[in-house]
Amino acid sequence: MAAPRAFLRLVAPIWNGSTRSIHGLSGEMAPEGNQRKRTLLQLLTDCFRDVEALREYLLQKQLSNVHQKNRSFTHIEEQYGPYIGGAFFILKQGGAVKFQDKEWIRPDGRGRFPLEFLKFQAVPVEAVDASGCAINYQGLDNLLSMKELQSLSLKRCPHVDDWCLSHLHPLANSLQELLLAGCPQVSERGLACLHHLQNLRRLDISDLPSVANPGLTQILMEEMLPNCEVLGVDWAQSLKLELEEQPRDTA
Amino acid sequence: MLRTVLQLGLARNLLIRGVGTRRGGSTQDWDGQVSEIKKKIQSVLPGGSWNPLHDSNHLPPEHSDVVIVGGGVLGLSVAYWLKKLEKQRGAIRVLVVERDHTYSQASTGLSVGGIRQQFSLPENIQLSLFSVNFLRNINEYLAVVDAPPLDLQFNPSGYLLLASEKGAAAMENNVKVQRQEGAKVCLMSPEQLQKKFPWINTEGVALASYGMEDEGWFDPWCLLQGLRRKVQSMGVLFCQGEVTRFVSSSNTMKTVSGGEVTMKRIHEVHVKMNNSLEYQPVECAIVINAAGAWSGQIAELAGIGKGPPGTLQGTKLPVEPRKRYVYLWHCPQGPGLETPFVADTSGAYFRREGLGNNYLGGCSPTEEEEPDPGNLEVDHDFFQNKVWPCLAQRVPAFETLKVRSAWAGYYDYNTFDQNGVVGPHPLVVNMYFATGFSGHGLQQAPAVGRAVAEMVLEGHFQTINMNPFLFSRFYLGEKIQEQNII
Repeated sequence: MAAPRAFLRLVAPIWNGSTRSIHGLSGEMAPEGNQRKRTLLQLLTDCFRDVEALREYLLQKQLSNVHQKNRSFTHIEEQYGPYIGGAFFILKQGGAVKFQDKEWIRPDGRGRFPLEFLKFQAVPVEAVDASGCAINYQGLDNLLSMKELQSLSLKRCPHVDDWCLSHLHPLANSLQELLLAGCPQVSERGLACLHHLQNLRRLDISDLPSVANPGLTQILMEEMLPNCEVLGVDWAQSLKLELEEQPRDTA
Repeated sequence: MLRTVLQLGLARNLLIRGVGTRRGGSTQDWDGQVSEIKKKIQSVLPGGSWNPLHDSNHLPPEHSDVVIVGGGVLGLSVAYWLKKLEKQRGAIRVLVVERDHTYSQASTGLSVGGIRQQFSLPENIQLSLFSVNFLRNINEYLAVVDAPPLDLQFNPSGYLLLASEKGAAAMENNVKVQRQEGAKVCLMSPEQLQKKFPWINTEGVALASYGMEDEGWFDPWCLLQGLRRKVQSMGVLFCQGEVTRFVSSSNTMKTVSGGEVTMKRIHEVHVKMNNSLEYQPVECAIVINAAGAWSGQIAELAGIGKGPPGTLQGTKLPVEPRKRYVYLWHCPQGPGLETPFVADTSGAYFRREGLGNNYLGGCSPTEEEEPDPGNLEVDHDFFQNKVWPCLAQRVPAFETLKVRSAWAGYYDYNTFDQNGVVGPHPLVVNMYFATGFSGHGLQQAPAVGRAVAEMVLEGHFQTINMNPFLFSRFYLGEKIQEQNII
């Protein structure tokens, strides 16, 4: 039986005065107001053990689905080498791959892709476009053996988080372009460990909802990676908004 | 008519006398009994003082299979793994007894929150590697239906340990062991160090080891609340109270050589409510000592250490509270976003906090300078005299800094060899320890919880071999010294 949830609404203690803002309340503390607006499903989950068990099972199934999508194709990797293995993985996820001196290979609308790249055994992979794919920390292992990867696009990937960014350091010698726009789980803490990538020339950190202070983060990233062009906050857009507001004020 | 009444009255008297004699004590005091009955009826009616259903919501249950003394991160981790590894759903009843539900003095909440794999013992490295895996997948392990996902605020910036000439050979050795176990650590020379971190002053540094991945710091309070939430949804009961007594039974046996051994078994745990004399005896099968800085007191309650010194009965649990200070300062020209958790050759350490050029740091005092652990008052002179000079020498930018605030917390310090105590006591057979980690308990908590749960459920350690961490090493004198203590 689920024990009564009486102790969940604990306030963070105030013994360390001003540092409370640092060890602040994490997002999982629901305020009192939410308690009243419980849905029928939540009410059923609280009352019936069967409903709770079913929902737990569905949650675990969701998580294992992501694991399934990120499994490695070891037989392909053993047979054809790391480049083909990684390329196959990306194509299976719905991303695109570009081998050196060849064209981009993309899967079509139905998820099928041409298999002629299986002949490119010694050709290194130059660029990977994994935008919108369900790639996560384990899936990135497939990319880390591509030692000549120059461009990696992880735009709008829902499972790419700070841990994944810290996992990219083996690509430091070759990676020149990294696009992270729109990843919901990437924060400034993960961006801080991108300083391993000393050859980075182009970094896109625009539209990251988890970054608390985008402008300050961009300045700190530019200081950290002096040779890199950091695309983040659109300063021109905020300037235009100010100009529009001014005539209204004076009028 | 009077005669019939009298007859009835006599008959009633006879009946009452009969009932009285059946009970064995005849009462002729009819008036006294009537007044008593009248008082009882008055108290039962609304407005009276009779309360047959005592409210015992605040008391722990009368029976529990496992009682965990201490509700910090180690205690909750043991509770989680006990419920996760039990063979059948609901097979084990677990009760967590925590004295202070605001955790105002608990080491978990006051911790700086670092996690590293740069240890010298292979077991410590393995514990840390598993714990980092746990933290990475925390939303799978601690998933609760209808609850928002946990944001640990993990900073994967790594640890940078600096070594002088004296410690360079040991550091090289350690890094070799760490890499063998699978940690991603690299060695750096002073030149490489200067190039990578220009704000550092490499004078006196012969070698540095830098963790590239899986090291950093996180929010310990979030981990604690996540564990609480998950563990409550799994059916573990919580109680706010203090353990004051263990009721145990002893069994004396003779060894082969003729000496006598007294084995003890704890049957009941007396949990006393706060601010009251009320207590509840909880009948239990297993007691887990995860009381952190106060583990020594709990062990004494169980009779550990009461015997002639030098014998197994006389070996105390050598865990005592040691006070450590943490200072928060602001330095506008300080190191940038890439700053790792730096541990200097002098023992001083610091790390970044947030985006606003704030830094947290401190230093472990030497044995002679140990502060009095009676309270958690902060000594600011310690920063001025011992911490600041070391920091300013290593990072010249720290010469101009301004201390914003400070706090103090306890290490559950193992005076024997500064490593944890895990597993059962050889004589008090159903008390298991999960304490004494001397400052690296938080980062090893998930793995240690699993080890203790395996020991309780299976009888031996299955995944990580923690046999060197058993209590018997205090009697046998086998120290497992950890060199990299911060």
